Amino acid sequence: MQAFEYSKPTTTKEALGMLGAQWGETDILAGGTDLLSLMKDYVHTPKRVVSLSGIKELKLIKSAADGLHIGAMVTIEELLENAQVRKEYASLVQAARGISSPQIRAMGTVGGDLCQRPRCWYFRKGFGLLPRDSRGRDLVPNGENRYHAILGNSGPAKFVSASSLAPALVALGAKVTIASASGNRTVDVEKFFMAPTDASTREVDLKPNEILTGIVVPVAGGAKQATYEVRQKEALDWPLATASVALKMSGSTVQSAKVVLGHVAPTPWNSAEAAQALAGKAINESTAKVAADAALARATPLSQNAYKVQLAKVAVKRALLAAAGKA
Amino acid sequence: MSKIDSDSHGKNKQPGKKGFSRRSFLGGLGIGGGAVATLPTGLLVESQAAAAPAMGPGPIPVALRINGKVHNLNIEPRVTLLDALRNHLDMTGAKKVCDRATCGACTVIVAGRPVYSCSMLAVEAQGKDIQTIEGLAPSGKLHPVSAAFVENDAQQCGFCTPGFVMAVKAFVDRHPNPTMDQVKKGLGGNLCRCGTYIGVRQAALDAARQMKGGKNA
Repeated sequence: MQAFEYSKPTTTKEALGMLGAQWGETDILAGGTDLLSLMKDYVHTPKRVVSLSGIKELKLIKSAADGLHIGAMVTIEELLENAQVRKEYASLVQAARGISSPQIRAMGTVGGDLCQRPRCWYFRKGFGLLPRDSRGRDLVPNGENRYHAILGNSGPAKFVSASSLAPALVALGAKVTIASASGNRTVDVEKFFMAPTDASTREVDLKPNEILTGIVVPVAGGAKQATYEVRQKEALDWPLATASVALKMSGSTVQSAKVVLGHVAPTPWNSAEAAQALAGKAINESTAKVAADAALARATPLSQNAYKVQLAKVAVKRALLAAAGKA
Repeated sequence: MSKIDSDSHGKNKQPGKKGFSRRSFLGGLGIGGGAVATLPTGLLVESQAAAAPAMGPGPIPVALRINGKVHNLNIEPRVTLLDALRNHLDMTGAKKVCDRATCGACTVIVAGRPVYSCSMLAVEAQGKDIQTIEGLAPSGKLHPVSAAFVENDAQQCGFCTPGFVMAVKAFVDRHPNPTMDQVKKGLGGNLCRCGTYIGVRQAALDAARQMKGGKNA
């Protein structure tokens, strides 16, 4: 790990004052479970690390008219212990439980889950988010791509979004709040994630001198919800495919649906096709299967990851059945 | 500068260190790349007057409250809690295996929660109660968790054991009446390559039963 300056401000304003204008100058430290590994591997070599652990306001969970405000430094365990989260956001709880190491849940934060860097092994080995060989050829399509994207992979980005909470947050219509020296802004979680098109851009809509301060999850309003993760093992690992669904029902039929897949594309993947397939339908084995097929109809698997298409279909189907209480 | 920073701090004088250890020996010989990286200070200009002070990159004072006792160190901000314990305080119970928040061998308890000490900066653990395996048997009598490991033959090579014992302790402190399913999930952050999981899980159940009626701190 390269040596760095450390600062532990006590307000967001102070923290903003410590951030550099260019990526690489400074890094923001939350739980540290991702950043320390990145620094040990020299993927990140910040000259200064700004810890958010001294900023009390970022550790709060507050209820407001527009929904539940969850501070960026709330740990995953604290999120799971919050009574309102448990009562209203079953899909978020299921996603958080999937972060399946007590140590990671104790250290890891909500903000850190959203801002963790992709797990793509080319990226982690220093080849960048859009890995190329010396002649400029994309390394992923002809390389080791069994865990890479099966949707949204026609551009240069073929990694998968690593966030466990993001699919549930997108399905619930949550926003992130972002602070900068010039003021605050809010962005839909769905738009916060972006597939980079060149080496200068990142996978999230965050500038080097901005801080993700929290999320706002709208009042669930009785929407039926569930998250289902398909995993290689139950213990610590990222899922192979996730689906999170939120259904507004009219009696026993779906008025409107959100079906969001995770770990299958460079961003959380909000499937309009699946939502369309479900509108006006009751949820049962066959409608859930039709929606799952629709969600993956445009999948373009790489040389080693066609198996993920089936896993993602299973995730969609089981999440829908769980949300409808038919699992 | 050496890319291996973990052993680059051995030459710092440690409080409370007695006698002669492998580390102080290596440190005395100057082995282990003890050179402190020097970055030009003032490299980054604070964009606002409201900025908090920046410390380092050289050694800074860090006070750690470990097993009830405060230890004052002078270490670089980049030193992890695990390296501070092992290389600066000769507390080598927590093991360095993956060093990437994956295997659990470095597990200690910070503020009542199990954490991967490899992935927490020592400076971030200031002001919090840190429990390590070294503090589990203050009177020389085995802690019920450790005793349950012995009873259940819950180790083979033993390298993962200190981390597992701390993970089990943190778990049973919060789950006095665990089910086997809760135990499996509750210990999902630790790996054992010998495959002693059956014994470890049984040890967790036994320890919880033993400890009922009052925490054995």
